[in-house]
Amino acid sequence: MTATTKTVTTDLSSTTKDGLGASPRRPDGTLKVTGEFAYSSDLWMEGVLWGATLRSPHPHARILGIDITEALKVPGVEAVLTHEDVPGTKRYGLEFQDQPVLAYDKVRYKGEAVAVVAADHPETARRAMERIKVDYEVLAPVSDSVRAAHDPEYPLVHEEGSLEIHEEYHQRGNRVRHQPIRTGDFVGVAESGEGQQEVLERLRAQADAVVAAEYEVGMQDQAFLGPESGMAVPAEDGGVDLYVATQWLHVDQKQIAPALGLPEDKVRLTLAGVGGAFGAREDLSMQIHACMLALRTGKPVKFVYNREESFYGHVHRHPAKMRYEHGARADGTLLYATMEIIVDGGAYASATPAVVGVASSLGIGPYEVPHVLVDAYGVYTNNPPCGAMRGFGAVQACFGYESQMDRLAEELGMHPVALRVKNAMSQGSRIITGQEIDMPLPMAEMLERARDLPMPVERTELEDPSDQRTLPGGVAGTTRGEGVVRGVGYGVGLKNLCFSEGFDDYSTARVRLEVVAGEPVVLVHTAAAEVGQGLVTVKGQIARTELGVEKVAIAPSDTQVGSAGSSSASRQSYMTGGAVKMACEAVRESVYALARERGVVPASVSDSDLSLAGGKIVSESEGVLVSLADLLGESAAGGTVVEETREHHHRPTEMLDPTLGQGASHTQFGMCVHRAVVDVDVELGLVKVVALDAVQDVGKVLHPQQLAGQIQGASAQGLGLALMEEIQVKDSEIRNPSFTDYLIPTILDMPPMRIDVLEHPDPHAPYGLRGAGEPPTLSSTPAVVAAVRDATKRPLRHAPVRPEDIVGIDL
Amino acid sequence: MEFLRPSTLVEALEARSAHPDGVPIMGGTDVMVELNFDKRRPSALIDLTRVPELTEWGVDGGHTRLGAGVPYTQIIEHLSGRAPALAKASRSVASPQIRNRGTVGGNLGGASPAGEAHPPLLAGDAEIELASVRGTRRVRARDFYLSFRTTALREDELITAILLPEAAGPQQFAKIGTRNAMVIAVTSFSLVLDADQRSVGTGIGSAGPTPLRSEAAEEFLAGEFDWEDGRPLAESVVRRFGDLVAAAARPIDDQRGTAEYRKHALSVMARRALSWSVTDYRKGSTRCA
Repeated sequence: MTATTKTVTTDLSSTTKDGLGASPRRPDGTLKVTGEFAYSSDLWMEGVLWGATLRSPHPHARILGIDITEALKVPGVEAVLTHEDVPGTKRYGLEFQDQPVLAYDKVRYKGEAVAVVAADHPETARRAMERIKVDYEVLAPVSDSVRAAHDPEYPLVHEEGSLEIHEEYHQRGNRVRHQPIRTGDFVGVAESGEGQQEVLERLRAQADAVVAAEYEVGMQDQAFLGPESGMAVPAEDGGVDLYVATQWLHVDQKQIAPALGLPEDKVRLTLAGVGGAFGAREDLSMQIHACMLALRTGKPVKFVYNREESFYGHVHRHPAKMRYEHGARADGTLLYATMEIIVDGGAYASATPAVVGVASSLGIGPYEVPHVLVDAYGVYTNNPPCGAMRGFGAVQACFGYESQMDRLAEELGMHPVALRVKNAMSQGSRIITGQEIDMPLPMAEMLERARDLPMPVERTELEDPSDQRTLPGGVAGTTRGEGVVRGVGYGVGLKNLCFSEGFDDYSTARVRLEVVAGEPVVLVHTAAAEVGQGLVTVKGQIARTELGVEKVAIAPSDTQVGSAGSSSASRQSYMTGGAVKMACEAVRESVYALARERGVVPASVSDSDLSLAGGKIVSESEGVLVSLADLLGESAAGGTVVEETREHHHRPTEMLDPTLGQGASHTQFGMCVHRAVVDVDVELGLVKVVALDAVQDVGKVLHPQQLAGQIQGASAQGLGLALMEEIQVKDSEIRNPSFTDYLIPTILDMPPMRIDVLEHPDPHAPYGLRGAGEPPTLSSTPAVVAAVRDATKRPLRHAPVRPEDIVGIDL
Repeated sequence: MEFLRPSTLVEALEARSAHPDGVPIMGGTDVMVELNFDKRRPSALIDLTRVPELTEWGVDGGHTRLGAGVPYTQIIEHLSGRAPALAKASRSVASPQIRNRGTVGGNLGGASPAGEAHPPLLAGDAEIELASVRGTRRVRARDFYLSFRTTALREDELITAILLPEAAGPQQFAKIGTRNAMVIAVTSFSLVLDADQRSVGTGIGSAGPTPLRSEAAEEFLAGEFDWEDGRPLAESVVRRFGDLVAAAARPIDDQRGTAEYRKHALSVMARRALSWSVTDYRKGSTRCA
């Protein structure tokens, strides 16, 4: 993919080489490109055993008995464990502790773990699994998310009384959470019934245009390339050391330790090489199983899921069913909006409550609307469990509200950008929860910039218009131009960045400065998970910029330092970057204090006059005062080591109130605008995306190249959701658990991108930065679908758009 | 599992005869996937990569003799003129890495109805050479596919070569996939016109338990086509041809697409392939290539 990226100017470029604003190489980059990087699946130790997981073949069944006798007889098998062997608490979970470590009484989704085996060879483990006899009484699956949300007669996925109840979430029946939001005339209107109809009728009467429609977003998979894997090593103190690919070491630790019946300090985690995450590693997979087997056998135990197993081994993006209605005046001014969204969480809660919190609060998007009614539901079913994925509830809603904006623009005869600009939020606006956007939000400008970007050349002006690679269908040669129609579409999305709703997702950093071989060197230690996003590079850049030292090493991430929170919610540059900045500042202050103590700094010079640059303390007025090498002395020879640890907390946020959905629930907002240009073969229903250009405000650019990578990657993931990515679920079973049939975009599907980056700093954030990884995932999907609609004039209410939808075959 | 590595065709045929449960392996792009996913546990693997005859191709009378183990990359490189439909199909196979390894012999051995090579072999009336210690025989592609993943190949036989009649007119291949590269066919279609015989061949992929052809469409078009000048056909003829091709399909609904869409797409591809063929025929370009 070639990218044309606007040259960004940033005042962050420091005098230190490879500091902020530069694009230094990733420390793990060369290894990854040459294939030498050790991923979690490459872990190995002498005498390691292989773990394997027996999974439920049924989406819903009662377990009448499990017989492991024959499995234990297989030579080479060292342990076969079931729920009876779980040493501590039998259930775990990110928000609710509702997921069994190993199934007991019932299985609630196809692929749920029932037993685990450790053996001397993967093949031995496989044979042993075949010999485990599980007696199931198969039950009808609870598979309809709409009935799960609204039908009190529908069977329950979790038996009455088996769950902890969270009153504030209106949890009942199969509902995990219901979050209403009411503003304007809808305040006081109940979930359904006459009151709602009355208000609606009144508002409809005032509107010049009303559009109402239902939309669906399919179940998207994170499709990371490195399957779930890790290795647990029993320790002499009765604890366990776990090397694992995950997104948040400390939240894993917090869930694993109680299940093992161990104190947290006996469960030590080290991050292994992570092959992508995108939310799919927020929940546990093999962690507790590997630790149980390692503690039982006294030997190291390794798990590596295969690709098919991986589709059952992690949560997916919640599929959503949405119903929207918008009313507007003739000039485009929005008058009211209603939205119902049902997100299907599958068998266990995972991140469903938080996803509902995002989908509701951002459900109408970045538009000023005086009267709003939102009801967002997350439900239990026996479908595959769903949880975190890049965009986290905001992606689904964005497809809905942006589709509505296009319909409304068409109804009013307005340009889609003009309608959006007319209702655009800006700094000082309040989103539907009443929260003020207290940071720059140049939405109208961004939309206009996207509209005004140069258009790609017409097909007829291509150097070789018959080049199959430029046509829908690609090299499979389905058209030479017949049936090909061009379309243009826009999308804009608002995303919350960092954790929301009262969650204090702080991050910790330890920074150490010392002199080694005559040179100052810095060691940065955090527990933050490098999942491919490039935080490992950014941490080094921050240390270089703050401490004026070129040599910076990044310590492996582990639980020997405080929590860094999750590599989720576009938050690590903000949170862990902020913690590294704070720890560096503390180190700097200690260095200045030391220098004063040693009499190197004249009393007339204040700290604000000092800086660290080129490995020296420099005074603005007096010039170089002392080199760090001289001040600290060689560390191996008893020199001074300066080490500081700091926790970085973002400003506090609030829970949404359970009745009106009001509250400042979010930390920060990010926005991206996309303009998509597509060529559609309208007779065959095939699409070639010709251009997918983006305008994004990132506050401050820390690493231009990695930023472009985030925007390109997120846009590609959104393009995938628009055109091909869907886990197809029928009768609660996955029909396409493979990369043969779960399609993700190739280089021929993803066009080169034009990226226009804006830098309006957020006064509340370190360096003014804004999380950048998620916003493009929101806007690219509706932009691409809008472009396909423009070309085909079809309603296209399902993402991904299928060829059947384009040619008009009912599904 | 035994791993056999014959280095001559004679050794290979003996190994095949001695291991009727064994699975021959060439590029491994299908077989290894099945082994890795535990879908198959054969008693022996017979590695054919060292048998020289299988990886050669050449002109043999009026035919191109394509060794069963010639990878797709070489077909694209060398046979675009002699076997245009098969070369186009080869270009649509998976990724460059897979095209470097995958072979037509493997496609025939696996006999998935989605295999890219089948429609061109059917449309072009290719013959498949099957050998065993008992001798060698040839089976027309049109008689090769018996039922779902079952072929005329006997358990002691190896697929040794494919005999492709020299192109004597336009040849087309098109394949539907929901992404623009690296995709298994939702459905595919091949059309071959033979100006010498004044005959038409069709091949349909991924739209039935086996690769299919539409004899009705072939006969209809052979009668309607202007073999003298290749004058454009009436819209009604083109449409009828598409309908007949679609009518020959016996597709199902599955995770890759619906039966209705497959039929619809086949009719569109058939119409387009026909109009491209008319243009090519008039240019006579394929005959001089």
